[in-house]
Amino acid sequence: MKKLIRLLIVLAALGAAVGWWLSRPQLVADDLMVGLTGDATRGEPLFWAGSCASCHAAPGAVDEARLVLSGGYRIESPFGTFVTPNISPSPQGIGGWTATDLANALLAGVSPEGQHYYPALPYTSYRRMTPQDVVDLKAFMDTLPASDVASAPHEVGFPFSLRRGLGLWKQLNMSPDWVMTDPGDDQITRGRYLVEAVAHCGECHTPRDAIGGLSRDLWLTGAPNPSGKGKIPAITPDQLDWSAVDIAYYLETGFTPEFDSAGGSMASVIQGTAKLPPEDRAAIAAYLKALP
Amino acid sequence: MKYRIFLSSVAVAASLAGSVAFSDANQSEASLKAAVTARQSQMKLYAFNIGLLGGMAKGEIEYDAAAASAAAGNLAALTRTNQSRMWPMGSDNGALGDATRALPAIWQEGSTTMAKGMAFGEAAAAMEAAAGQGLDELRAAIGPLGGACTACHKEYRQPEN
Repeated sequence: MKKLIRLLIVLAALGAAVGWWLSRPQLVADDLMVGLTGDATRGEPLFWAGSCASCHAAPGAVDEARLVLSGGYRIESPFGTFVTPNISPSPQGIGGWTATDLANALLAGVSPEGQHYYPALPYTSYRRMTPQDVVDLKAFMDTLPASDVASAPHEVGFPFSLRRGLGLWKQLNMSPDWVMTDPGDDQITRGRYLVEAVAHCGECHTPRDAIGGLSRDLWLTGAPNPSGKGKIPAITPDQLDWSAVDIAYYLETGFTPEFDSAGGSMASVIQGTAKLPPEDRAAIAAYLKALP
Repeated sequence: MKYRIFLSSVAVAASLAGSVAFSDANQSEASLKAAVTARQSQMKLYAFNIGLLGGMAKGEIEYDAAAASAAAGNLAALTRTNQSRMWPMGSDNGALGDATRALPAIWQEGSTTMAKGMAFGEAAAAMEAAAGQGLDELRAAIGPLGGACTACHKEYRQPEN
């Protein structure tokens, strides 16, 4: 009996040790960003494609004010409310971050202090971004106005307030793989990069499982709206019968084929996609039309 | 041109200001719903006219300066109509349910609908001036027009289910 108890204690300790090890924040390779130089001009379309301003501009900001990334937008979820932080180039934001710091945030979901970020920051998508694009994005973000607004804490209850647990979540949800395994041509490959990585379309248009991970087998088939009633629509070809031209035009102007206009969260997305080069909008449309 | 923009801005401002002035708590549900039907019809007329312009911009309809001018002229004229009775207080989706997707915030303090309505009027006036000048001019004017529609729908219209 004593032996059994001793064995159980040893096993429990071992289990805890394995869990602790599995949940550790895992960083990008030390030398990932070595030798890369950022180009702000190339970074700007990435900033718009990534919709950074949709969540990190102050709520209600319009036009030029959307470039002041003071944060404060509230993202409701079943796990609590996440309040987006200041990511402007100021001491309250990400001023002083290195390229590796930004790479760790976007590609690994880890802060410069070595803590897991919540996946409200869509790093499960961003992780497919190229290091060059990360450094270009940073170069552009460094040109934006600084804001000294302090970031507000998230409103997340126990046990989700324990960030360490996110390490286990990441083990399940940080797939490096593309959803579309064989994109065919260059245009669809570019569209895949935008949709699955930078523009992170799947984060809203794909349903989530019980622990908040994307159900990749239901890719882009629509999902409940986390920020209220209603549904985020499916954008797979069987559900969205728009032509590629219609889709690209919607991303440019917000007009549907019936000339209704976009609204809700998608309106913010279109404020970004409207600023992309036309070939990028066409690539997104080509990718969506190529989905099964 | 400037004068046109000014006029349409005044008209939109007046009609929106009017909606506050005319609103009273004693409107019947039938009259509120009639207002909803009227403004949805107004939106459909916007879409019908923008549809021709957008079809040309997209390359689906051959550009025709006269037809484009006519549609843009209609659109600009529509933005100048007095819509005050179409937007009575109490005609939001909280009060009327599925009959409308108009959010209560339209009528609440801090509402920016008036400014957004004026911006739409200006974008329509700019399109009226541009539409007959050539396809490139039309294309340049349609982006701001879409932006004006989207700006209001983003904040003040309940997303579709």
